[in-house]
Amino acid sequence: MTEELTCIRCPIGCALTVTIDGDNVTVTGNSCPRGAEYGAKEVTDPTRIVTSSVRVINGAQPLVSVKTASDIPKDKIFAVMEEIHKCKASAPISIGDVIITDVAHTGVDIVATRMVTAV
Amino acid sequence: MRHDIVIIGGGPAGLAAAVSAYENGIEDILILERDERLGGILNQCIHNGFGLHTFKEELTGPEYAARYIDKALNYGIPYKLGAMVTEVTKDRKVTYVREGEGVVTIEAGTVILAMGCRERPRGALGLPGFRQAGVYTAGTAQRLMNIEGYKIGKEVVILGSGDIGLIMARRMTLEGAKVKVVAELMPYSGGLKRNIVQCLNDFDIPLKLSHTVTCVHGKDRVTGVTISEVGPDRRPIPGTEEYYDCDTLLLSCGLLPENELSKTAGVELDRVTGGAVVSDDLETSVPGIFSCGNVLHVHDLVDYVSQEAERAGLKAVGYVRALANEALNEHAEVVADTDGESGVEASGRIRIKGEGGVRYTVPQFLNYESMDEKVTVRFRVGDVYKDRSLVLYYDGEEKKRMKKRVMAPGEMENVVITKAGLNGKVKEIVIRVEE
Amino acid sequence: MEQLDVIIVGAGVVGCAIARFLSRYDAKVLVLEKEEDVCSGTSKANSGIVHAGYDAKSGTLKAAMNVRGAKLIRELSETLDFPYHNNGSLVLCRNKEDMPGLQELYDRGIVNGVEGLRILSHNEVLAMEPALSEEVVAALYAPTAGTVCPFGMTIAFAENAADNGVEFRFLEAVEDIQKKDRGFSVLTDKGSYETKAVVNAAGLYADVFHNMASSDTLTITPRRGEYVLMDKEAGDLVGCTIFQLPSKFGKGVLVTPTVHGNLMVGPNAEDVEDKADTETTQLGMDDIKKRGLMSVPTLPYNKMITSFAGLRAHGDKGDFVIGEVSECPGFFEAAAIESPGLSAAPAIGEHIAGLIADKYDLKEKPDFIDMRKGFTEVAKLSNEERDALIKKRPAYGHIVCRCENISEGEIEDAINRTLGAKSLDGIKRRVRQGMGRCQAGFCTPRTMEILARELNIPMTQVAKNRPGSELLRGEADET
Repeated sequence: MTEELTCIRCPIGCALTVTIDGDNVTVTGNSCPRGAEYGAKEVTDPTRIVTSSVRVINGAQPLVSVKTASDIPKDKIFAVMEEIHKCKASAPISIGDVIITDVAHTGVDIVATRMVTAV
Repeated sequence: MRHDIVIIGGGPAGLAAAVSAYENGIEDILILERDERLGGILNQCIHNGFGLHTFKEELTGPEYAARYIDKALNYGIPYKLGAMVTEVTKDRKVTYVREGEGVVTIEAGTVILAMGCRERPRGALGLPGFRQAGVYTAGTAQRLMNIEGYKIGKEVVILGSGDIGLIMARRMTLEGAKVKVVAELMPYSGGLKRNIVQCLNDFDIPLKLSHTVTCVHGKDRVTGVTISEVGPDRRPIPGTEEYYDCDTLLLSCGLLPENELSKTAGVELDRVTGGAVVSDDLETSVPGIFSCGNVLHVHDLVDYVSQEAERAGLKAVGYVRALANEALNEHAEVVADTDGESGVEASGRIRIKGEGGVRYTVPQFLNYESMDEKVTVRFRVGDVYKDRSLVLYYDGEEKKRMKKRVMAPGEMENVVITKAGLNGKVKEIVIRVEE
Repeated sequence: MEQLDVIIVGAGVVGCAIARFLSRYDAKVLVLEKEEDVCSGTSKANSGIVHAGYDAKSGTLKAAMNVRGAKLIRELSETLDFPYHNNGSLVLCRNKEDMPGLQELYDRGIVNGVEGLRILSHNEVLAMEPALSEEVVAALYAPTAGTVCPFGMTIAFAENAADNGVEFRFLEAVEDIQKKDRGFSVLTDKGSYETKAVVNAAGLYADVFHNMASSDTLTITPRRGEYVLMDKEAGDLVGCTIFQLPSKFGKGVLVTPTVHGNLMVGPNAEDVEDKADTETTQLGMDDIKKRGLMSVPTLPYNKMITSFAGLRAHGDKGDFVIGEVSECPGFFEAAAIESPGLSAAPAIGEHIAGLIADKYDLKEKPDFIDMRKGFTEVAKLSNEERDALIKKRPAYGHIVCRCENISEGEIEDAINRTLGAKSLDGIKRRVRQGMGRCQAGFCTPRTMEILARELNIPMTQVAKNRPGSELLRGEADET
């Protein structure tokens, strides 16, 4: 079985051809090892980084932007968003501060991607 | 008041230029930023995908901006927020307006233009229909959502497949809105391929190429839009109308460099890019005025903005140093005074031209004497090309032929020109797309 | 029930002009407007031209009011401080066989009392306006024509009227006017009033009220006109307002610099059924763009920043309908005010106010304020003046709208003055925030914040104009 994919690991967007032959997955069309890794992963266990923002209490800004500290399974995106929507963070916040631990049982934390000072 | 380097704009380009200038030995810098914070549009680009080239890791917009802001703050580079520059003159006097200060004019050894770009608004697109609420450019919507924290719509149609539009399709979907369709006038997307995958395909949002909005319905607030297919002439084909119920129309139909200030200084502009005509050192037609980032030409990646701005900072330092030398100071004045003969068109310069599918190049000129050993020339192509070659001609002779699997208007291409290869004789370089 | 002397129905340019001239007299005057602001119907979307007065048939109300109105606009732009530019106009004749038509306009202008008219030769026209088509055979030059800001003029009339005691109520639609023994009952969607006199200045809807008072039925047809507006960079392509002489190709479109320095092309004319149908169409815009090129072949449509459509109140009587309805004493009207209605508006206001003052023997107020100071336009000041002003009031130094260089202070002024703005459109019309090339892309969020703060309303209530046009759909974490 072969699948045609566009690599999303970087903005170049290589056109990948992924061939699955039993346990054997081969990727062609990539221009770097990250592409090979993406191609194999996308057909077996697709993951994404999720970015959003969380409302801030006592902050100089109303929101803090956040992301999953690493990839989470693609089918967990909306479960992650649901937790993000329910969450409120308290200022002060620094980049990298953990806002939610183990979001939606993914084992991944939600971390702040900007600084928000307290008022 | 006087500063060696005055940088207009504290977004990614202005910050990288400032940091680079500082690291190359000039400390008397002033950044003038019109917004209330440094970082520019990156502050609202909360998605990831920034910095793979620069930092070898994938950052969000605010994180990428913070890297440069932290450096600028650590170096103690002076900056002013809420400072709106109203005029830059040919002799490098910069006037700004600022709450708490009034109207201030400063003299600059060099000026680096880094004002960025703006979005093409509804009016410029001539979209027929009422003038109701609920029509936003994607960037305005992005600011309202990501900075201010408001919901702007529940059911959305997006016109234009530029990157901000694609990013907003995902963003609004994650925030609970239903994005019904993305319509694109051209037969190809104007955005990055990865964004089509992770912002549209991931959420089953259809992308309709060769389609446009032919009516925006609703008197007070958008109630729906009509989308039609367009023919090869990009005119709507009667009978192909489809109606979509929605309360919001987002526009992601192109970015325009904001060169109003460049014009006050008399900087020559490129008709294709809408930005300044520059030589390899990013100097404009007005000596001592440099340009970089999206005000020079709209980039696809912020990494390239930073690279370009770092060069502008470095070259501005060179100019300041040379200016300190009396002889060149006089020379510069002479060039500035010759009306019509602009700096970049002075003799001894090599013209770079894009032809046959290459829409423009930046820089547009090389200054052989002073150029670096390697100069990266960036450009965009005018159509989607598969399995073609990029061919470099020096004075009509083929110099180099590079195979390309895919080239698309949404993504910048580049070639590297080496000084050694020019031999000091070449007058004109042409870049073409060929079979 | 509230007892008034005069109720004016409609706060367009005509209603506001009447209110302003009436405010000179000692009377209790109320203006009722169904929209959220003045100048929200026909008055807001038109050519912004002060016609010289050669167009209307001699002896008509249109001719008389136009010539008088144009003179009043020149004077009032000084005392009431609104943007007006006496740039002159040219009517282009592109075919020799149409020359009698041009001569006819000239002759009519002389009879109507238009001053300074001249017919210019091909060479004279091209010398005056080099961007015009080489095909121009001759042109009628009218040095008294001008351009005016329709919003600026209407708001000036309204503010000055309010400063002199006239009351304005918005978002209140008149539903019925009933003749009583002495005066009228005016019923609205919010309440009812007793008044001695009523003035029907309801624009597109004036036929509805006319027909309540008169057996001589009036029908007003909305006649839509579409326009395209270009960047200020294109604003000096022509100096005069350029008309086309009506020919076998149709009535023609105008090309004009606006009073604010943009370049405008339009309008076409299409009768529509719906009195709120201000929709632009692809066909319409394509058509006016094509016809504009016949006057100025180099029109830079790539510099287009917006397009819009307005509705003219086209009546079926062939002239303005102005005066007191004879079979209904106390019922005054200014109906079917189509082109040159904007030019005629102050003359209509003066005339109607005069009729009412005479009939009810109104006394002039001793403390009438005849001057009004316009909006502070910070970017138009010299650097020194601007600097001094910012030091006095720092908010004038905080630029919100980058394209038009409009400061937070000016936006606050727009909101907090007499009859202040209550919506984004209201701010835009008063101080031009968002009128520039980015069309409010950058400044919308900031302007919304200022509006919410100054009016003390939540952001989610900030609207483009009337209720229903709110910009936001809630807070991000609401579901």
